[in-house]
Amino acid sequence: MSESLLQVSNLRITIGKARVVDGISFAIAPRQTFVLLGESGSGKSMTALSIMRLLPESAHYQAGDIRLHGQDLLGLPESAMRPVRGGMVGMIFQEPMTSLNPVLTLGEQIKESLSLHQRLHGRALHEAAADLLQSVGIADAAQRLHDYPFQISGGMKQRVMIAISLAGNPALLIADEPTTALDVTVQAQVLELLRKVQRERGMGMLLITHDLAVAAYMADQVGVMYAGELVEMAPREVFFKQAQHPYSQKLFAALPSQPDQVLQAIAGSVPALDKVFEGCRFADRCDETQAICRNAIPAWQDLGNGHQVRCHGVSSPFQIKPGPALVSSRSAQPILRVHDRQALLKVRDAQVYFDLRPSTFFGKRRQLKAVDGVSLDLFPGETLALVGESGCGKTTLGKSLVQLQPLTAGYIELDGVALGGHSRRLLQVQRAAIQMVFQDPFASLNPRMRIHALLEEGMVALGVEPDATRRQILLEQLMTQVGMSKQALNRYPHEFSGGQRQRIAIARALAVQPRLLVCDEPTSALDVSVQAQIVNLLRELQTSMGLSLLFITHNLPLARHLAQRMAVMYLGRIVEQGDSAAIADTPAHPYSQALLQAVPTLTTHTLVSLRGEPASASHPPIGCHFHPRCPRAEAICQVTYPALRTLQDGRQVACYFPIDPVAT
Amino acid sequence: MGWQPVVLWADGLIWLTVGAVGLLFWRGADNIRAGWQSLWRQPVAMAAGLILLCYVGIGLLDSLHFRLRLPAQAGMSVQYSVEVNSVLDVLIARLSAYQEQSYSAPLAKHLFVKMPTTLPDGHLVLGYPELTLYQAQRLGRDEQGAWRHWPEKVRLGLRGVLMGVLLAAAMTLLFAGWQAHRGGVSLRDLLRTAWQGKHQLPWRTGWATLTVLCVLGAMMAEWSTVYHVLGTDKIGQDVLYQSIKGVRTGLMMGTLTTLVTLPLAVGLGIAAGYFGGWVDDAIQYIYTTLNSIPGVLLIVAAVLLMQGFIETHPALFDSAASRADFRLLFLCLILGVTSWTGLCRVLRGETLKLREQDYVSAARTLGVSDWRIMGRHVLPNLLHLILISMVMDFSGFVLAEAVLSYLGVGVDPAMASWGNMINAARLELSREPVVWWPLASAFGWMFVLVLSANLFADSVREAFDPLGQRR
Repeated sequence: MSESLLQVSNLRITIGKARVVDGISFAIAPRQTFVLLGESGSGKSMTALSIMRLLPESAHYQAGDIRLHGQDLLGLPESAMRPVRGGMVGMIFQEPMTSLNPVLTLGEQIKESLSLHQRLHGRALHEAAADLLQSVGIADAAQRLHDYPFQISGGMKQRVMIAISLAGNPALLIADEPTTALDVTVQAQVLELLRKVQRERGMGMLLITHDLAVAAYMADQVGVMYAGELVEMAPREVFFKQAQHPYSQKLFAALPSQPDQVLQAIAGSVPALDKVFEGCRFADRCDETQAICRNAIPAWQDLGNGHQVRCHGVSSPFQIKPGPALVSSRSAQPILRVHDRQALLKVRDAQVYFDLRPSTFFGKRRQLKAVDGVSLDLFPGETLALVGESGCGKTTLGKSLVQLQPLTAGYIELDGVALGGHSRRLLQVQRAAIQMVFQDPFASLNPRMRIHALLEEGMVALGVEPDATRRQILLEQLMTQVGMSKQALNRYPHEFSGGQRQRIAIARALAVQPRLLVCDEPTSALDVSVQAQIVNLLRELQTSMGLSLLFITHNLPLARHLAQRMAVMYLGRIVEQGDSAAIADTPAHPYSQALLQAVPTLTTHTLVSLRGEPASASHPPIGCHFHPRCPRAEAICQVTYPALRTLQDGRQVACYFPIDPVAT
Repeated sequence: MGWQPVVLWADGLIWLTVGAVGLLFWRGADNIRAGWQSLWRQPVAMAAGLILLCYVGIGLLDSLHFRLRLPAQAGMSVQYSVEVNSVLDVLIARLSAYQEQSYSAPLAKHLFVKMPTTLPDGHLVLGYPELTLYQAQRLGRDEQGAWRHWPEKVRLGLRGVLMGVLLAAAMTLLFAGWQAHRGGVSLRDLLRTAWQGKHQLPWRTGWATLTVLCVLGAMMAEWSTVYHVLGTDKIGQDVLYQSIKGVRTGLMMGTLTTLVTLPLAVGLGIAAGYFGGWVDDAIQYIYTTLNSIPGVLLIVAAVLLMQGFIETHPALFDSAASRADFRLLFLCLILGVTSWTGLCRVLRGETLKLREQDYVSAARTLGVSDWRIMGRHVLPNLLHLILISMVMDFSGFVLAEAVLSYLGVGVDPAMASWGNMINAARLELSREPVVWWPLASAFGWMFVLVLSANLFADSVREAFDPLGQRR
C-alpha cells in the first residue's frame, strides 16, 4: 500500500518477558483518522510511542517495521529521527497539566517548536506563534503568548499542546487519550478542535482512546486492541453497526445505555503478557469459547468492506444480548415517592469555604466557596447521584458527609441527629454509618498493609467486632460478597488489578456495616468493562444490604443508569435536582442539558459544546454562576442568583428560564 | 586468674541495639523475615553484608570489656587492674606487644627515622636501628627447607593466601552443609546449583568475598608475626592495631548518633506534617533556629563544657576508659541533636503529601486514631526515606568523627580512632620524606566501611519495599 501515510507491520515490542505489543499491523491513509481502541494495558500507548521511537528504556523492538511515507523509521539514525518528531509526526499526551513546562511561557514553548521545525526567527516567529495559538481557538492569542501554564485552565493547556504539536506542520498527529483528563464540556471542545485542525491541514491522525463514544465520534477507521494484539479492524460505519469480535461486542454491552439492565461486565481481567499464547487471548473471558479457541491462534478473517477480525467464531451475527433484568428494577423499588418517609440523611445549607490566602490586616480575605449552600435529602435504600464537572464541589461535599471536611456553615443530620460534636461513642456510630469509596483504588489502599489488616482496621477502631475469630469470619464473608477469594486477605494491594482493588476498597467500607456509602467516582479510574463489574456490584450490594448510595460522578449516562434521583452541581450549588430519568431525558437547567449534549454517544455526529470553561469557584460570576456560558442567559441572569423553583414533575431547578420539557 | 566484667554505657547501648535489630529480624513479622531473606539473594547485599559483618564483629568484640584481677597480696582485699581491656585486645594482643621507638614503614625491618644506637662494640652511631619486633621474632627462627631461598615476606604472604583460601572454603562448606541439612537436599546437589549460579543465594559472590576477606586477614596475621603490617606511628605504636581499635569508635559514632537523631527527626517530622497548624509552626521554628546556629560552633562549645565537667568531677569516672566512654557518648548526643533537622524537614514534607492520600482519608473515615494513622499509614510509607538517610547519616557521622577529632574536639585523644589518626597525619604529611601509612590506613578502613554500608542500605531498601518485589 504505497498510498498509506503510516504503515506499521508486524510490530512486536517487549518489556522484559512481557510482549506488550505482539505483532500488530495497520495502515493510516492521508487525511484519515485511525482510532486505536483498547483498555489500559492493551499496548496502545506503547504503539504510539514506538512510532515516535520514544519507548521507555526497558522496552525493546523485537520485530516489525514502521514506515512513514514509505521511509523506515526504525532504521533511521537518532539524528534523523529528530526532524521526524514534531516535524512529520506531532504528538499530544493525555495529561496537559504535566506536558507543559511550568517555568516557560506559552510563547516560548510554541516558538521553540516553530523555530526548530520551520526555521523562523524574530518577528515572523512571533507572528507565527500567535497565529498558531489563534488557530486552536484561543482568544487574545498575542497576549496569551506571555502567559505561564499555571495561568490557564486544563482545556486551554490541551489547546496549547495541540498548537505546539502543529508547529512543525506534521503529516501525522498522534493523540494519546487527549481528552481523558478533561471535563466533558471541555472534552467536546477539544474533540471538535482536533477534528477541525485535521480537516484544515489534511493530516492523518492516530487517536488512542478507551472510550467507544469518542471513537464513534472521531474515527474513520477503528482498530481494537486486546492484550497487545489487534483483534478487530473496520471502518467506523461497519464497526459500530456490526462489530464481530466478542471482545468488541462486550465493550458495547458494558456501556450504561439501558437503565433497567445489569451492565454486561467482562469477567476476569486481561491475561498476563509474559507467556506465549497458544490460543485466542480472549478465550478465558469469552462466552463462546470452543476447543479450537484454546488450541489455535485465530488468524485474520476478512469480512469484506475492509472489516477484519481475529476470531474463530465470526459466523455468529452481531447482537447485544439484553442483560438479565434487574432483580429489583425501578418499578419494584417504590423509592421515587418516598418523601413521606424519614430521610436517612439531611443536608441543609451546607457551606464549605477554603481560605485562599491567610488574611492580613489590610488585605481582603479571599475565599474559595467549594460548597455554597447545598441542601439534599437521602432516603434509606435510595441511590442519589451527584453530577458535576471537576471543581464543582461534589467531592468536597462527599468528604463533609464522612466528616473529613468540616462544614463552614449549615448542618448535616443523620437520622435526625447532627453530625459531629458529640460523645466519642456517638461519633463512632456516625462514622460507621457513613462510609466512603474513593476515586482512585491505587491511592486509597495503603501499599504497605495486607488486605486483612486494611479491612480489619476500621472494625477495630470503630468497635464493630471486638472478637478476632468472629472478625475473621466476617472478613471472609465480606470478601465473598465483593467477589474476591479468601486467599486475597493475605496479600498486598499491588498484587491486584484496579477493579479488584476497588472491590477491596468497597469491602473495607462495608466492613463497618455502614448504612450510607458515599462513592466518589468509584469507576472513573477503571476500564469500561471493569467499570461495569463495579457498578453491578454496587447495585447488588444495595439490594442485598439495603444500603443507601450517594454516587458522585461526572458521567451523566452512568448516573442515570444507577441512580433513582440526581442532583446536578455547578460551582458549589445544586442547579437541578430530581428524578434521574426525567433529568437525563428532558433536562430543565441549561447546564444539565449542556452536560448531556457534550457527552459523545455512539450515534451522535455533532457535539453541542458549551462556550468557555467552568468559571473558578474563587471568583464565581455575579448573578447566575452559569450565565457566561449559558445560551439562554438574559439581563436578569447577570444580576441575581435564581432561587430554586419546583417544576410540575417535582424536580427543583435553579434557573429563571428553565427548558420546557414539552418544547424540546 | 580472675576477671571482672565492665559494662561501659556505650557498650550497653550498642549491644542493646544489636539485640533489638536481631530480634526484629528473627522474631519479627513474617514480611520482615521475607524481606530479610530476599535481601541476601542480592549479590551486592551479600558482598557488602559480609564486609559489614566483619566490622560489626570487630566492634562488638571490642565492646566486651573486663578488668583483670591483680595478683593477690597478703592482707588486702581482691584488687582489679585499673586498665580496662576488651576481648578484642586479648585476641590481637600480639599486634601491640612490641612498641617501637618511632615511625616505621609497612613491612619494614628498620625504623623510618635515624636514631642514635649503640653498637655491640660500644660505639654510638646514628642510623636506622632494627625494629624490636623483627629483632625479637627473627631470633630463634631457623630458616630451613625448600622455602628458605624465598624472601620472608613472600613466604609468609603465600602461607597467608593458602590459609585464607582454605579457611574460606571450609567456612563456605560448613555453611553449605547447614543449608543442605536444613533444605533437605544433598550437599552435592546444593554445591552444584550454587556453583552454576542457579541457587537463589548468590553463593559465588559470597564465596569470593569471604575468600578475599580471609586471605587479607590471614596474610596480615602471618606477616604480623614478624612485621608491623601497616607500619608504626610517631610513638611507635602499630598502625594496624590502631586501625582495628578505631573500628569500634567509628561504629559507635555512626550508630549511637543515628539512634539519637532518628526519634527526633521521625517523631517531630511526622507530627509537624500530620498535625499542621501550631504544632507544625513550633517544630519548624525549632529546627530553623537550630539550623541557623553553625553546627560546628555548637559542638565545640558543648565539648568544651563537657571537658570542664569531667575535670571538675573526677570522682564520677573510675577509669580512663569510662572517661573516654562518657566523652564519646556526649559527642554522639551533641552531634545527634544538631543533625536531625535535615531528615525532619524531608519527613515533614513527605508527610504533608501522604496526609492527603486517599488511604489516610479512608483511615480517618474509619475512625482510626491519629497516632495509629501516623504509625501504620504514614510511617511505613516513609521507611525508605528514613532508611536511606539513616545510612547516609551513619556514613556522615563516621566521617564527622574524623573531622571533629581533627579540630581537636572529637573523641578522647587517648582513644584509638580514625579521626585521631587523621589528625596526627597533619604533621606526617608535611614532613620529608612523607609518612603516608597512618593516613592511608585510617582512610582505607573508613572508606570500606562507609562504602559497604551505603551499598548494603541500597539493597535493604530494595528488599523491604513491597512494591519493589514486583520487579
